[in-house]
Amino acid sequence: MKLKELESCLQQVDTFEEPKILLEQYPTSPHIAACMLYTIQSTFDDIEGKLVADLGCGCGVLSIGAAMLDAGLCVGFDIDDDALDIFRRNAEEFEITNLDLVQCDLCCLEAEAYAKKFDTVIMNPPFGTKHNQGMDMKFLQAALTMAKTAVYSLHKTSTRDHIQKKANDWGVKMEVIAELRYDLPASYKFHKKKSVDIQVDFLRFSKT
Amino acid sequence: MKLLTHNMLTSHVKGVTKGYPLLIKATAVKVNEVEFNPQFVSRMIPKLEWGVLVQAADWLGQREDLPAELVSDYEKNDDFLKKVHRVLLEVEVIEGCLQCPESGREFPISKGIPNMLLNEDEV
Repeated sequence: MKLKELESCLQQVDTFEEPKILLEQYPTSPHIAACMLYTIQSTFDDIEGKLVADLGCGCGVLSIGAAMLDAGLCVGFDIDDDALDIFRRNAEEFEITNLDLVQCDLCCLEAEAYAKKFDTVIMNPPFGTKHNQGMDMKFLQAALTMAKTAVYSLHKTSTRDHIQKKANDWGVKMEVIAELRYDLPASYKFHKKKSVDIQVDFLRFSKT
Repeated sequence: MKLLTHNMLTSHVKGVTKGYPLLIKATAVKVNEVEFNPQFVSRMIPKLEWGVLVQAADWLGQREDLPAELVSDYEKNDDFLKKVHRVLLEVEVIEGCLQCPESGREFPISKGIPNMLLNEDEV
């Protein structure tokens, strides 16, 4: 599948009807999702025929894209039943069957139970701002436990040094694959401008 | 919920030391066609709890002639891999619940999605 084709498919994926502030439900744009997934497959061969987990999957744009790129199975994990309901309807509409969903709280998930069960973990975690401080790192820690090969994630560029330090502590290799401008549409009332661009890193963590 | 996912799920209710495997009580089961990828299935087999998979398929009435013991040289046995593919990826629990083997706590499965959320006093 070509990148353009993937992106135009992902434009059909429905997103949050009423995003929840506490859960930082910002959708991943079809463009960013397609670029991420395409790179993960074409450069690193980490999707096709792999067991993939999507943490904080929301309405499922990354999972659906991974399924379209022929993941063996992609399992989406999320806490929110409204998002999972939209995800399920999306999967049905696309007639995608190499997907599965689990409702759980990734903060108190005992990731050890899933240790290295997945080949690849993909995610666009909460950035850990506002009421959610440290949430991004909790997701990352769970992801690194669950993945056998690699974790792909989006993080605010302003937190890069901090994440690099943590990656060193945890003994994993971190690479910045791309610097993105994440166009955050004014999803919530506290956003005064129509949209804000924030600097985001697309990171790959690999286990050695 | 597919049985590959079930094979990985554990109950983490406070105080439970052996929350695996979760008992499946299904009221609706469906078989959805999934593209067969023999390499993927071969690669998953050594990671599975084989006995748990066979038991789960049995509970759902979907075991057919899946052997209790894993056969040897399965990588080259497409017939066998197809059977495993079917129970791992095609059989899905749509409605029912999962039960923690130790505490008896039930986790509902609705529209194919198991809800593993715990109450505050269970964490």
